[in-house]
Amino acid sequence: MTDLIINEPRPDDLVLSQAKQSGLATQMKQGLDAPICLTWELTYACNLQCVHCLSSSGRRDPDELTTAECEALIDELARMQVFYINVGGGEPTIRNDFWHLLRYAVDHGVGVKFSTNGSRIDAQVAAELAAMDYVDVQISIDGADADTNDRIRGEGSYATAITAMEHLAEAGFGEFKISVVMTRHNIEQVETFKAMADRYGAQLRLTRFRPSGRGADSWHELHPTDPQQRALYYWLLDHPEVLTGDSFFHLSALGEALPGLNMCGAGRVVCLIDPVGDVYACPFVLHDEFRAGSVRDTGGFAHVWQESERFAELREPQSAGACASCGHFDACQGGCMAAKFFTGIPLDGPDPECVLGHGEPLVQAATERPQGSDHSFRTSVQLTSKPRSAG
Amino acid sequence: MSTETVGSSSPAEQTVTPFDPERRYHLHPRVALRPEPFGALAYHYENRRLNFLRAPELVALVESLDQHPSVSAAFAASGIDPRRWGSFRRALTALVASDFLVAA
Repeated sequence: MTDLIINEPRPDDLVLSQAKQSGLATQMKQGLDAPICLTWELTYACNLQCVHCLSSSGRRDPDELTTAECEALIDELARMQVFYINVGGGEPTIRNDFWHLLRYAVDHGVGVKFSTNGSRIDAQVAAELAAMDYVDVQISIDGADADTNDRIRGEGSYATAITAMEHLAEAGFGEFKISVVMTRHNIEQVETFKAMADRYGAQLRLTRFRPSGRGADSWHELHPTDPQQRALYYWLLDHPEVLTGDSFFHLSALGEALPGLNMCGAGRVVCLIDPVGDVYACPFVLHDEFRAGSVRDTGGFAHVWQESERFAELREPQSAGACASCGHFDACQGGCMAAKFFTGIPLDGPDPECVLGHGEPLVQAATERPQGSDHSFRTSVQLTSKPRSAG
Repeated sequence: MSTETVGSSSPAEQTVTPFDPERRYHLHPRVALRPEPFGALAYHYENRRLNFLRAPELVALVESLDQHPSVSAAFAASGIDPRRWGSFRRALTALVASDFLVAA
C-alpha cells in the first residue's frame, strides 16, 4: 500500500510532487469535491494593457459581481472548505471593495494570494498587508530591467512594480512573490530575477506564457525559442525553490520530471471564476468551449464544480491521440490544453511547444484559431489598427 | 509567510515532540479537514501546509484520537485490522511531525 499521508508545503502553487510519486495524481484526475487551486479574477478593469494579458483585460464589465454577490461567493467557498484562493484580474485592487473583500475572505477562513501590478501598494497599504494573516501578495513583472518589462506591460510599469516591492520589504511583509511570465526577451534574465527576489526577501515564481487572451496575438512573436525553453528546464531542475505553478510540465519530456504534479489540472483540481461569475476549467481558457456554468446559476459554484458536464468530461481519462506512439507521453501528458486550443491544435494533439518538435508544424498549419472574450480598451484596439504615419 | 520542510533539521522543527502512542493527541486547533473521495484534505492555517489523508479509516481514526486516553487505545477501538496498524502509525507520525496533530 502506498503512503497514507501526503504532505505538501505549497498548496497555493500546486506543487504536489509527492502526490505524483504516490499515485494520488490518478485519483486527482477524477476530480475532488472542491478545487485545491481556485483563481478568481475580480475585475476586467486594469490600468495596464499588457500585450500578453490572459484575460484581455482593460475595461470593467458592467455585469461584474456586486459586493454582496462576492461576499456570498466567499461564504460558499468557506462552506466548501476552499482553504486558499488566488485573486487576480484585471488589476483586482482597482475595485473599490477590494480591501473589504480581502478582509472578508480572510475572516471567513479563506486565505488569499492576490496578483497585482503594484500600483496601489504604497507604504501604508504595505504596512496593513504585513499586519494581516493568510494574505500573500504577488507582484507581476516581466523584465529584469525597465526596457524589457515596459515593452510588455507598458511605460512606467517596471518602476511601479519595483516601488511596490520596496514598500513590502520595508513594511516587513515577509516572503511575497514575484511573478514573471517567461518570454523570448526575459527568459535569459532568470538569474537577475532570482537576485531581485533574494534582494527583497521574496519568492520567485516563473510561469509559462500561454497564447490566451491578448497573448493569442503576441504569443507567436514572444514565446521562448526551443533552445531557450531547454535552458530553462535545466535551470529549473537546479532551482527547485523557484515556484512555477506547475506550468512547465511539457518540458518534463526532456528527461527528469520537474517538481510538481505534471498533469493538466483543469477542471480537476483547478478552476477559474471570472469577474461576471462564469466558471472556466482553468485561468487560461476564458472561452465558451471551457465554460462550465456560472456562480449565479441555481446551486451556485458548488453545483458547477460538482455537476457540470464540461468538468465531468475533463475528469474522464483523456486520449493520448496523436501523442500515443510517443515514448514521452507519460512525462509530458501531451502538454497544456489551453496552449493547444488557442494555437488551433486539436486537444489530443501535441503541445505547440513540444520539445520533440511535434507541435510547431501544426501551429504553422492551423487555419483557425479560437478567440476568447475581450475587454481590451477600444481606444488601444483602434490605435493598433491605425495606419502608421511615414514620419 | 514561510513554509518549512518536513524532516528538515531547522530550529523550528526541533521543538516538535516525537510521536508517543501512549499519549492522547488531538487535531491542531488551526487544522481543518475536508472530506474527499479518497479520505480527506487537511489544511493547516498556521504553517499553510496541505496533507492528503488517503484512507477514510485514517480520517475516522484521527477524528477519534481526542476521545481516547492514548493512541494505542484509539487503535484498539478503531476496528482497523491490526495488520495495517504499521502504516497508520507512520501516517500519524507524519501528522505529528508537521504539527497537524498535537499531544493533549
